[in-house]
Amino acid sequence: MNRSLVWLARFSVVGLLASCAFIPDEAHLYREKDRKPAPEFSLKDGDGKLVKLSDYRGKVVLLNFWATWCGPCQEELPWFREFQRDYKDRNFAVLGLSVDEDGWKAINPFLTHFTLNYPVLLADDHTQMLYGNVESLPTNFVIDAQGRIASHHIGLVSKKTYREEILGLLETPTHVSKNTDGPAASGLLAFLRTTR
Amino acid sequence: MVEARLPIAIQAGYHVNSNMPLDQYLIPLRLTWDKGALESAGIEFPKPVMEKYQAPGTPATTISVFSGKFELVSKFKVPADANQGPTTITGKLRYQACNNVMCLPPKNMDVALQVDIVR
Repeated sequence: MNRSLVWLARFSVVGLLASCAFIPDEAHLYREKDRKPAPEFSLKDGDGKLVKLSDYRGKVVLLNFWATWCGPCQEELPWFREFQRDYKDRNFAVLGLSVDEDGWKAINPFLTHFTLNYPVLLADDHTQMLYGNVESLPTNFVIDAQGRIASHHIGLVSKKTYREEILGLLETPTHVSKNTDGPAASGLLAFLRTTR
Repeated sequence: MVEARLPIAIQAGYHVNSNMPLDQYLIPLRLTWDKGALESAGIEFPKPVMEKYQAPGTPATTISVFSGKFELVSKFKVPADANQGPTTITGKLRYQACNNVMCLPPKNMDVALQVDIVR
């Protein structure tokens, strides 16, 4: 039998660049008047318990969209574990939202290897859409105590950036100041850029 | 035995995990063929590149990746009772791409081979 030659079309694997605006690696809190409310969600943790973002009103929240297969996400996990340990008594919390397609089947074995001290929830398509069609990972939001998005980062930035942003919000009085232009009252916020 | 070459081009700045990533949680590059007129007899992957990756303030990690242009070679057996004439073999390419600071979701891409079996 003669074997025929086969031919394949060229395939290009193209990196998607949707929702990947470059945000520089430096602490950057939005001015209070520019902060939009963080969309509410209600998602399940590994025990099937429903967790809502509104459960954390009054706390500064680091909302982390991640996946077990994401290398840069894995780099961040020890940082976030440290932040949760260091600041949980100061009205701060980390929430990890996994976008793993295989769900808890993928997440649970990972968590036995990477023990986390904060809630891990399984994100759904709707929540990803609410937060700007999250696709690139990691994507993180820092939410102030009033439930507003104070900062967000797409891709890996430094631990220092997150720490400065978190401390900047923890140092801020919880009431909303009338004067939101110019340098903030807190000395710690003074060196954070708050321009838009 | 016949073989087919699948040329792949990765966008500059990105890489895909190789078929044998060093971390068990990473998604490997996979090419699979559906049952059809030809029997899949294996895929040959190129030698991966071991890249050093270092996030700011963290120790360096080595990752096994493909980037730029490369080829996958699919080998097929032609069964003795294969029908003559043109046919299409279908399959899927699964990949997951990252750059040095972020990762994109894993994707499944349909692939197709146009084959003409002659005697």
